[in-house]
Amino acid sequence: MEKENNKTKKVCFPHMGNYFIAFKEIVEPLAEIISPPPITKKTVELGTRYGPESACIPFKYNLGNYIEALDKGANFVIQAGGGCRFGYYGEVQEEILKKLGYEFEFFKFPNDYNFLTLARALQKINPKVSIVKILYSLGLAYFKIRAIDKLDDYVRLNIGFEIEKGEFEKTFKLFLKDLEKDKKILSIRRTQARYLKLLKNIKLNKPKNPIRVVILGEVYVVMEPFSNFNIEKQLGAKGVEVHRHSSLSTTIHDLFFNKRVMKEFLEKARPYLRNDTGAHGTETVGLAHHSAKAGFDGAIHIKPFGCMPEVNAMSALHRISNDYKFPIIYFSFDSQTSETGVKTRLEAFYDLLIMKKQKNEQR
Amino acid sequence: MNKDNKFYLGLDIGSISTKGVIIDKDDNIIAQSYLWTEGDPINAVKKVIEELKESLGKEVKIVGVGTTGSARELIGTIFNATVIKNEITAHAIGTLKFHPDVRTIFEIGGQDSKIIIIDNGIVVDYAMNTLCVAGTGSFLSSQAKRLAIPVEEFGDYALRSKKPSKIAGRCTVFAESDLVHKIQMGHTREDIIAGLCDSIVNNYLNNVGKGKNIEMPIVFQGGVSKNIGVLKSFEKITNSEVIVDEYGHLMGAIGVAILAKQSDKEIDFDFEIKDLNFRTSGFECGGCPNNCEIVCVLQGNKILDAWGNRCEIGREKALAKYKQ
Repeated sequence: MEKENNKTKKVCFPHMGNYFIAFKEIVEPLAEIISPPPITKKTVELGTRYGPESACIPFKYNLGNYIEALDKGANFVIQAGGGCRFGYYGEVQEEILKKLGYEFEFFKFPNDYNFLTLARALQKINPKVSIVKILYSLGLAYFKIRAIDKLDDYVRLNIGFEIEKGEFEKTFKLFLKDLEKDKKILSIRRTQARYLKLLKNIKLNKPKNPIRVVILGEVYVVMEPFSNFNIEKQLGAKGVEVHRHSSLSTTIHDLFFNKRVMKEFLEKARPYLRNDTGAHGTETVGLAHHSAKAGFDGAIHIKPFGCMPEVNAMSALHRISNDYKFPIIYFSFDSQTSETGVKTRLEAFYDLLIMKKQKNEQR
Repeated sequence: MNKDNKFYLGLDIGSISTKGVIIDKDDNIIAQSYLWTEGDPINAVKKVIEELKESLGKEVKIVGVGTTGSARELIGTIFNATVIKNEITAHAIGTLKFHPDVRTIFEIGGQDSKIIIIDNGIVVDYAMNTLCVAGTGSFLSSQAKRLAIPVEEFGDYALRSKKPSKIAGRCTVFAESDLVHKIQMGHTREDIIAGLCDSIVNNYLNNVGKGKNIEMPIVFQGGVSKNIGVLKSFEKITNSEVIVDEYGHLMGAIGVAILAKQSDKEIDFDFEIKDLNFRTSGFECGGCPNNCEIVCVLQGNKILDAWGNRCEIGREKALAKYKQ
């Protein structure tokens, strides 16, 4: 066992939004990476076929990613964990993949991890790599995540108003390509600044008082556009300014750097919530209450079908919606959700917001 | 023919029925038609246009066309519609024309049901059924068939009942097995049908209507609103008056005609369009594992539009396929 050959470790991990290039940073010094192909219908189909029927949709996407990566030759699987059923998904997925006959090692993030315990655990993948190096790559990953989110926020707010269609997307793609190459924190910061400037130079045709909509809900379906039928892009195309708090950097920030934030969300959620709902439900209610007071036009709540923390949040959302006359629509995503249904409801929601706005302006 | 007289066509192409109306500039209905879609929306619309033309009896100048319903994109593309609108907005606009003070719209159609909440003349909340057809028109008609009663007489049977049976309403499958059970236990058909009407209403209020602020005046629309049994159940269970009007089934078409009138665009609609040959053709893209199902709309051999693609590859393939 002395001579462990790490060359043979081929690591894979799931996709989520654009974050793959950041996750890559963590694993790169440790072992070879096998990237699962981009999420497609095939990914969901695989996940649905082999996953339990009642598991929520992120489970199925992850499982599909694993199967597609294992088929490409991966032999080492990484899964994180969270504050709901997600915390137990790793074990179940490992079991399913083993039963399917794949040979691999499974790595799950330690419980209640922080940067140091996570780095220690990761070191076991390749003990030859120093803990300092691993901590540094965690740092790189963090800065990449922050850069992605920073630019993504700007795009979300403005993409609906670009004069030349497609410019934002084109620039953002170039940004991701360049970001992938950055290997130093300083160069990440530079790329971020350079592209933010480029994005800000894109010509806009934005009214003074655009429709502003908040996206709330469970983080995976919020962050993975394939799983929510590109809801943000659909809204943008209608000329809506899209706001969202949930992103990987805010999640990391709230979990590790400033734990008080969670308490503040509960504070903001009063009087609609008194106790924590679990996972991100409290955040959802807090943000909804805050946005209703701040004069946003409406909110869209999205969740995987059967997501308990978000179901808990919903009854509070109904009351907020009533009290503040704040329109909220709800979507549950599942492998069976029809895209047409989502489109119809989204169109109607937009009509509702615009008619309400026109009526208010007439007064 | 007076040149100032402009008219507008509204088409509502649903899963089960296709509705068409022509309105004048003051929103008066001057022609209407209601036919079965029978799984062929293009043909159904052609027939509707034919019927509208006949009932007009004179030539009118149509400058706006609006489409709504589940085939709105398809028909809108073919007939070069000025407005393509979702059925929620269309129903709200249409209903507000006849009932300006309406607060709640119940709509139960062939395969979907929705609730629209209106405050001060604008939509403030709405919901549509998801996943399941329980409590919609197709469920009612399949149960009518089981009981060998024409669906049109369903309502009268329900009214004769003194003591409606309790039928589980959460899901079509549960409702059906419960219904069979009650039949075999010897409940009368009248009681069962009345129970079915109650269960549809309860199912509707507990799913689509969940958490919604239901206030009077309430207008009930869609094909199922023609069923007096369901109407009475609604009145009983919500303990309020529920309005059904003669144009209930046409509201979507009227709404979208009004929206076509309000739009800035004007077209020159030609009734002869119904004689042109339109068809659709589908293929699987195969450009990536998504395998999007692309639908191409063709006039003769000319491609009008294509959809179903998630990215540009599918569109290019469709255009290349039908390139002259």
